[in-house]
Amino acid sequence: MTDRTGREVFLRGVWEENPVLVQILGLCPTLAVTNSVENAIAMALATAFVIVGSSALVSLVKDYIPSQVRMSAYILIIATFVTVVDLIMGAVAPAMSKALGAFVPLIVVNCMILGRAEAFASKNRLLPSILDAVGTAAGFSIALLLMGGVRELLGSGTFLGLQVMPHNWEPWVIMILPPGGFLTLGAILMGMSWWWQRGEKKDEAVKPRRWPHGVRAPEERRPEMVA
Amino acid sequence: MGDLTRIFVSAALINNFVLAYFVGLCPFFGVSKKVPTALRMGGAVTFVMVLTASAVSFLNAWVLPVAPYLRLISYIVVIASLVQIVEMVVKKTSPALFRALGIYLPLITTNCAILYLALFQYARGYGFFEGLAFALGAGAGFTLALVLMASIRQRSETASVPAIAREMGLAMIIAASLSMAFMGFAGLLSAGA
Repeated sequence: MTDRTGREVFLRGVWEENPVLVQILGLCPTLAVTNSVENAIAMALATAFVIVGSSALVSLVKDYIPSQVRMSAYILIIATFVTVVDLIMGAVAPAMSKALGAFVPLIVVNCMILGRAEAFASKNRLLPSILDAVGTAAGFSIALLLMGGVRELLGSGTFLGLQVMPHNWEPWVIMILPPGGFLTLGAILMGMSWWWQRGEKKDEAVKPRRWPHGVRAPEERRPEMVA
Repeated sequence: MGDLTRIFVSAALINNFVLAYFVGLCPFFGVSKKVPTALRMGGAVTFVMVLTASAVSFLNAWVLPVAPYLRLISYIVVIASLVQIVEMVVKKTSPALFRALGIYLPLITTNCAILYLALFQYARGYGFFEGLAFALGAGAGFTLALVLMASIRQRSETASVPAIAREMGLAMIIAASLSMAFMGFAGLLSAGA
């Protein structure tokens, strides 16, 4: 059913419909585990495994699942892959598994994964589904690395544990604490909307803002003030 | 008894689910535009949390010793079916409440705060009553954060904000300042002890 090329399917997940930066999905891990680049990479890898595995499996079994129970079936498939990742991580990298804490099991309820299963994998063949999942995982990883990079650089003055900032750099501790996550994501999202809005003024007049009842827009008020 | 109070206060204020642990962010940003809807959502989440906590304490006692690898799957199945049952019961007994809650009830299934509650209860080894106190505290904290967020966002409707910050940017900055404010609760319990 796809009339898109594989390249388009892949790139849509990376940039055009980036799960975190454009669709605002999967915020919990994006904010919670990005206080260092290392955690961000581990989380990105774990999520990538789950999303690729579950998208592939969903597209393989899509014809056998009755549509009334498809959501529960998808959640079970995702939960199975997450259990696999959780157990492997606990065995291979126990320190990392401890650092990420409950956020590895919480991959189950990352709406991004269920979203891809429902919106793409349940309607497409195996290869496009895998490509779509890889694209989404790449977009998610980019967002995570961006967050982790900024927060670790400013919050600890390091990148992947290596000292980057000069030694007299006073770390912005707030950046690795919870508020720093919100601040960093806010700044990144504002940068994104600046990027999207940058061309708008040339094409058409900026959409007038909807003001609450009884409040006049500043543009209307200005002449009176001058006069 | 002091222990239960401590669990409640710690879950509601110091370790607020939304502002300190970053779980349940989707409803936190999604349904925090109006105070009444925020209150309803908070109530629905608290209710499901209490049910989940009691169900999970039975699972922990009876199922998981036999099959520990089923932990995650059994939790998610229990949560999904609980939400389904609550939805059916509410629809049958109180159509008005059902209309008010609308789409929020099914959304709670994929609310990570509920699953996080279950996992946390397991990790801390909370029993039945401790689990209940924890669920009530977490639900109260979630509702508090949601209502605070909604009231600030309602106010900021009339503010003139730079175009780039109008939607999510502003919400993130508000969340950051709320989160900073909640960091002030950090010494609350150890000071008393």
